[in-house]
Amino acid sequence: MRGREPFRIAVLLLIWGWIVLFVLLPNLLVVATSFLTRDDSRFISWQLTLDNYLRLVDPDYLGVFGHSFYMALVTTLLCLLVGYPFAYLLSRLRPSLKPYLLFLVIVPFWTNSLVRTYAMKLLISVNGLLNKLLLTLGWIDTPLRMLYSEGAVIAGLFYILLPFMILPLYAVFEQLRPELLEASRDLGAGRWRSFTRVVLPLTLPGIIAGSLLVLLPAVGMFYVADVLGGAKNLLIGNVIKSQFLDARDWPFGAAASLLLTVAMAVLLYAYYLSVNMIRRPDNDAELA
Amino acid sequence: MTASRTERRKIVSLSGVRKAFGNRVVLPGLDLDIYRGEFVTLLGPSGCGKTTILRLIGGFESPDAGSILLDGEDIAALDPSQRPVNTVFQSYALFPHMSVFDNVAYGLRAERRPEEEIERRVGDMLRMVQLEELARRKPDQLSGGQQQRVAIARALVKGPRLLLLDEPLSALDYKLRKQMQNELKRMQRELGITFLFITHDQEEALSMSDRVVVLRDGVIEQSGTPRDVYESPANLFVARFVGEINVLDVRVIAQLEGGRLLAEIEGKQREFDAGQHRFAPGTRLHALLRPEDMRLLPADDGSALPGEVVERNYKGMMLETLIRLDSGRQLQACEFFDESDPDFDYLLGERVGVSWVPGWEVLLADEGA
Repeated sequence: MRGREPFRIAVLLLIWGWIVLFVLLPNLLVVATSFLTRDDSRFISWQLTLDNYLRLVDPDYLGVFGHSFYMALVTTLLCLLVGYPFAYLLSRLRPSLKPYLLFLVIVPFWTNSLVRTYAMKLLISVNGLLNKLLLTLGWIDTPLRMLYSEGAVIAGLFYILLPFMILPLYAVFEQLRPELLEASRDLGAGRWRSFTRVVLPLTLPGIIAGSLLVLLPAVGMFYVADVLGGAKNLLIGNVIKSQFLDARDWPFGAAASLLLTVAMAVLLYAYYLSVNMIRRPDNDAELA
Repeated sequence: MTASRTERRKIVSLSGVRKAFGNRVVLPGLDLDIYRGEFVTLLGPSGCGKTTILRLIGGFESPDAGSILLDGEDIAALDPSQRPVNTVFQSYALFPHMSVFDNVAYGLRAERRPEEEIERRVGDMLRMVQLEELARRKPDQLSGGQQQRVAIARALVKGPRLLLLDEPLSALDYKLRKQMQNELKRMQRELGITFLFITHDQEEALSMSDRVVVLRDGVIEQSGTPRDVYESPANLFVARFVGEINVLDVRVIAQLEGGRLLAEIEGKQREFDAGQHRFAPGTRLHALLRPEDMRLLPADDGSALPGEVVERNYKGMMLETLIRLDSGRQLQACEFFDESDPDFDYLLGERVGVSWVPGWEVLLADEGA
């Protein structure tokens, strides 16, 4: 045991050192910056202020945030509607087929998502492949304007984030034992009742995990909105990016990103609470 | 026993039921009747089709051909949720997100029973399986035996006409299994519900059932009381599957008066009880002998088969001896300890004579096996 002690300390130091250096410190810098003042020559000056947060309450910015959350929510719902049945079917496939289909779900990760976003732009632009196809088929007479719209942003987010919904759902469906459904039907429950009383509650952790994995990145993927959305369909990520890179207002950008971080933390905490509630709804009663 | 038993009313009747999965024919054409109030056990090695029979009755598989009648009504087209039959699954299949109470109440809630009635019936059932205090626990906070009771209570609470039990005791340790066997028998008696029980454990089948149905490759090899199946096996498969057995080759020499038979066995001439069968001289037969029917005699006993002791296993209340006959064939003998006999034990390599209680052997025609 004694010989292991130095190793233990070394490992712990390495992990803590990593977390402090690359997680805690950068975030503290962001927090600190958000309370400082913008300076044109040195980016920030050491004047404490709450101005940056007050500016966030501006209706323009709140509008952007609201619209961003709305697009993220629609994206999440679409991913759930497509991902849920997809994950179910995937989990019920013959074991020999599963690895291949899972592989197909994962393959897009091998290409950078920015590249895939540009590919999407080529597909849906006015002279794009999709329009050409529809024109050739005679379904439309004039090319559709699909690019630079809310729909284009949502489609881009949906495409990039769908695997993040499918994978956690697949994991919960894999754990869902088929005999539970058989037991439900054996006891007289029809398909709908079996779904709402057995399948849904047991897959809820996957639904929540997948939704968070889609919702949280969906408010931050600024390049999707940059490439597909045009000026009107901005994400919170665009606001933060432009403050840091274009407006050179680091304190304001820091405040915006902190707001986003806090919102995400609240959502994650809600996830933690809800999963605990599903696992142990009446813990207190048992202890009593 | 009870009146319903003597009436012998069929509750389930399978006729000509065929089921194949792909190219694998599991049931080539099964006929099986189960009577009201019976405790029937399907016994067979894994892959013999016993689980498939249960799933066909439960509604989780549909037959390729044949009919399944429940109280005279064809249920082949009914969804499992519509059948008045409940199942105790091998893995219990308890809903992990529900309390014990909610698990047991599930079937009644699906029927949309009033909440007071559910409360009462679930309470009664939990009392019966002695789990009242644990009603609010989750399945993962229960022991294996307690989970087993919940599964049984959940299936019984709806008062099914037939309870299907798919190897429900296989996951329990020996002592708990013994205890649950007794409890299941008690519940079956008290509730008067017909039980169709599956096991591959012949001891369990013999001790629990009114009737044992021995299956091989989807075909019923024998159906009878535990005693019939053990003492008068219909063929070598049943004899070998149900308990330990010694098989010896016999050649008929002559048919004697009074159903007796003179035959040669391992080079010795002995008389056998042929019952109502008649065998022509020269016919080859098998003589089946249970180890506990064997008797070990001194080596010089003229009528006994000579051999030597090759293994002795002390089994607590009995001694199991393995004897190699001079012909090379090995026999097993099981003898209860006799306190008054000081020389009961044998030495390895000791010469002995093997005999048996006359008339306790079973003669079967040679199947070429």
